[in-house]
Amino acid sequence: MKDRLEALRVEAIEKIKQSHDLKDLQAVKVAYLGKKGPITEVLKGMGKLSAEERPVIGAYANEVRDSIQVELDQKQKELEEAAIAEKLAKETIDVSLPGRPVKKGNAHPLTAVVTEIEDLFLSMGFTIAEGPEVETDYYNFEALNLPKGHPARDMQDSFFITEDILLRTQTSPVQARTMEKHEGQGPVKIISPGKVYRRDNDDATHSHQFMQIEGLVVDQNVRLSDLKGVLETFAKKMFGEDRKIRLRPSFFPFTEPSVEMDISCFKCSGKGCSICKQTGWIEILGAGMVHPNVLEMAGFDSKKFTGFAFGMGPERIAMLKYGIDDIRHFYANDIRFLKQFKNA
Amino acid sequence: MLISYNWLKEYVNIEISPSELADKITKSGIEVEMVESLNKGISGVVVGYVQECIQHPNADKLKVCKVDIGQGEISQIVCGAPNVAEGQKVAVAVPGAVLPGNFKIKKAKLRGEESLGMICSLQELGVDTKLVPKEYSSGIFVMPSDAEPGNDALEYLNLNDHVLELGLTPNRADCLNVLGVAYEVAAIIEEEVKLPDTSITATEEKAEDFISVSIESLEDNPYYGAMIIRDVKIGPSPLWMQNRLMASGIRPINNIVDITNYVLLEYGQPLHAFDYNRLGSKEIVVRRATEGEKIQTLDDQDRTLKDTHLVITNGKEPIAVAGVMGGATSEVQDDTTNVLLEAAYFTSGRVRAASKDLGLRSEASSRYEKGIDRNRVYAAAKRAAGLMVELAGGKVADGIVEAGKREVNTYSVKMDVSRMNNLLGTSISSEQTSAIFDRLGFSYKESDGIFEVTVPTRRPDITIEADLIEEVGRIYGYDRIPTTYLLSEARPGGLTASQAKRRRIRSYLEGAGLYQAVTYALTTPEKSTHFSYTEDTVYPISVAHPMSEERSTLRMSLLPQLLEVLQYNQNRSMGDLAVYEMGSVFINRQEILSDLPEEYVFVSGAVTGVFNEHLWQGERKAADFYVLKGILEGLMSELNLSERITYESGGIEHMHPGRTAIVKLDGIPVGFVGQLHPALQKELDLKDTYVFELNATSLINAETEQMVYQTLPRYPSITRDIALVVDQNLPAGDLFTVIQAAGGELLKEVNLFDLYQGEKMEEGKKSLAFSLKYFDPERTLTDEEVVTAHNRVLKSLEEHFGAQLRK
Repeated sequence: MKDRLEALRVEAIEKIKQSHDLKDLQAVKVAYLGKKGPITEVLKGMGKLSAEERPVIGAYANEVRDSIQVELDQKQKELEEAAIAEKLAKETIDVSLPGRPVKKGNAHPLTAVVTEIEDLFLSMGFTIAEGPEVETDYYNFEALNLPKGHPARDMQDSFFITEDILLRTQTSPVQARTMEKHEGQGPVKIISPGKVYRRDNDDATHSHQFMQIEGLVVDQNVRLSDLKGVLETFAKKMFGEDRKIRLRPSFFPFTEPSVEMDISCFKCSGKGCSICKQTGWIEILGAGMVHPNVLEMAGFDSKKFTGFAFGMGPERIAMLKYGIDDIRHFYANDIRFLKQFKNA
Repeated sequence: MLISYNWLKEYVNIEISPSELADKITKSGIEVEMVESLNKGISGVVVGYVQECIQHPNADKLKVCKVDIGQGEISQIVCGAPNVAEGQKVAVAVPGAVLPGNFKIKKAKLRGEESLGMICSLQELGVDTKLVPKEYSSGIFVMPSDAEPGNDALEYLNLNDHVLELGLTPNRADCLNVLGVAYEVAAIIEEEVKLPDTSITATEEKAEDFISVSIESLEDNPYYGAMIIRDVKIGPSPLWMQNRLMASGIRPINNIVDITNYVLLEYGQPLHAFDYNRLGSKEIVVRRATEGEKIQTLDDQDRTLKDTHLVITNGKEPIAVAGVMGGATSEVQDDTTNVLLEAAYFTSGRVRAASKDLGLRSEASSRYEKGIDRNRVYAAAKRAAGLMVELAGGKVADGIVEAGKREVNTYSVKMDVSRMNNLLGTSISSEQTSAIFDRLGFSYKESDGIFEVTVPTRRPDITIEADLIEEVGRIYGYDRIPTTYLLSEARPGGLTASQAKRRRIRSYLEGAGLYQAVTYALTTPEKSTHFSYTEDTVYPISVAHPMSEERSTLRMSLLPQLLEVLQYNQNRSMGDLAVYEMGSVFINRQEILSDLPEEYVFVSGAVTGVFNEHLWQGERKAADFYVLKGILEGLMSELNLSERITYESGGIEHMHPGRTAIVKLDGIPVGFVGQLHPALQKELDLKDTYVFELNATSLINAETEQMVYQTLPRYPSITRDIALVVDQNLPAGDLFTVIQAAGGELLKEVNLFDLYQGEKMEEGKKSLAFSLKYFDPERTLTDEEVVTAHNRVLKSLEEHFGAQLRK
């Protein structure tokens, strides 16, 4: 009987080895270890054995059974793993194929520049003031020390609608309106971004519509040196930490003293190149201390209050920053142009 | 303003280079836009003496010259200039010489004759043709006979000079002349100004015996002076004067005219020389022109005058337009012997009116317009008269015949040093301040840090304390002003709620796939009225003097310009587009605009072509109504307005009548969404295009509640699906409304998940399938409660629309 069991063991293990899938294996299991299988048959015939032989054969039969089971489990595991591997192999995809695009647009470069500048001044405690694009002559000119007949307000340069109403030529009327609202009380600390209009023929460097950002601070003890501090912070954040600034005396009707600010060229760092026209400096903005007449007209006591104002052109800044050569690109809205400013 | 460096050196001792000087001037307030070297790379050009000049044997237009180029060296040079002749002193570029544009001169053979160099015209030496004296404009330049052969010709021609181009701001008209710049430079480099000699020796004749002067209105013409210079000989002015005029951008004419221009450049005082014998009378009367009065000006043009113009007359007829241009009849000519020299002060308004109306801007008129130094008029007249004696052999009659006041009194302005330091953020002492006023040539009195400064008449721009502070500051040096930070109390900056919402709208739309466009606010009168959805009467706003019809009228909608953006891109083969703009529109309800129009911020979008695609997976989703509506629904949710927004079909001009919805906020229209009318699409050559326009101002101003956290559900919800059969024309929105109303509090969510309208349906019917979610946050719902609510829904649907459950 022992031989018979041993033969079964060899036979079963051979069959297990030959099983190619889980179904074959199940069949082997049923065939050898099932209730009707040969080992059970062998055990059933144990009654015929002697009392001495019985436990020996019994133990031997269990050992055979166990060893077949071990082989079965082993094989089952192998086959299962192979099946998973096969399934995974079948599921393999080409990870190099392009993914599903997520539809996404982006801001216009002018908005990007304006937002960057806004955020910078917001962080310095400024707020944003706004006003109408169609303005009265009073706020656009008179309140800014440009009385009627002043050469700087030539009819030829402005889009007048009526004698007293025009498209604003600068965002400065917002300053006048804001100061007026403060009723002679400081502090005023604003920037005013917005669209402005001038009677210019559109070409590579002129546009009849463009943007401006002006800033205004009015309080007791506002100094030209403070303006220098604010502008230096602005220049470094916008154009790089190693920028230097230079103030040059200039003239604007609504400031006195007036200055123009240059920054050291960010392309050549002051050595001279085509961007800075060999001077090492790039003109960025105009500024100055608010003219006493402007303060007085807006209801501030110019003996007590002083202030500074500055103004810049986002188009110019965007052109410098991104190397854009023609101002008309901003208003043509060529989608190939707009898409370039994804990360602006 | 062009300033010759060498000329400037005549009045100020300058020991720094032109570019160093330019840098200093720029830093102290006047921008030097360019420093131009008149020697444009020229070398090897010497004075030559033409000993012999004969016809070239083989060429009609060429001459063969023997030229002494110094130290006895005689060169043969072939010359093509028509005016070359024996006995001339000329500029010769010898072999090895370089002319502007790196043009190298070599030995050459011209039609068989050897040529050792070139005799030069001024143009060949880099002088602008329009500045070359007329007699030399098409030939070589002939130098004065005292020029020494072999010497550097550039020295004679002053071409080793540099010219500084000043960009003057309107307040610095005082630097529209060399003396003014000399004062500025003297202040900057701490030197003295040396004034020109204005002394004259007059004859015994009295000027007043030759002329009388009267002025009709001292308001138009506060001062007029006339001097008489007799027996002048008209001829070319000396080379040094011609050189300086050319360097300053003025073409030499003859000695008398050149002298008036020279003094104009030197003193900034416009002068005019009349031919005394051609005046037609012995009197000068300055008056307003009569309307329609005529004069022929120097340039031989007939001009018609207005009564806002000022004229110089001989008592009968105009002989000059004051400050603008002289008349042809009294012009100085080659045979002129007696000159009347006018030195006057005309007010800027009169000169501007005439110069603008006649389209005549001259060196004189622009100076009068910007304002001249009243107290320098007489000095300039004497200077010019002196030069006419020296350079034209004239004799000056004694005195100046005048009307009006020759000089005005000066005024003073006070400046407090402590206020200056407070404004600049500096600590400049009174001593330093005094030193700066000294350098500027301003006289002053000082006590306890208060300066009382007498403003020189050349600086009328200085009227208030701040002007003096600027003067001290700029000479002190803005680079020496410290960098400080504002002392005022720190207050938080930040966006207003409305500004924050605008940013939110923009970033939402960009996240939804739209690119931001920025377009012009001015459009055509026709387009300005398109897409209007207001029922009020509105009036387009046009500018008075547009640059073109295309940009003449303010927009009332952003869409016409956005459609132009689509066209622009489509014409460049980009057909799949999604853009939006946020910007102002202008609504005017006044027939005549007397108050400012209403301005609203609109946000509008336009999409056409494929909106979404994943090519290799074969997915292409074209833009359609629901793409855009989905974007708007998302936007309203972003703004917390979803519950208050409705979409109702409605008509808008230029929109597809069956594919347009009016967007309403609390029942009030705030915009629309839909497809462009096919007729407009065709007209604009656009493919199917979907657009929306919203009044962002209304959306932003709508008050919304602060969001409050909702407890997460602890109890299960129950979902019931229903498929309904209804009339094909019934809007799904009506079903939503009824379901929501009938479902009551427990019905938390209604979703449409199927729409079928096809052949399996009865004619005129469609089927819609909804999924209804019931839920109570406080407890688990019983089946009974749900059934009750659900039956209420079904019943209500049947009552309202005859809706049947689909079998």
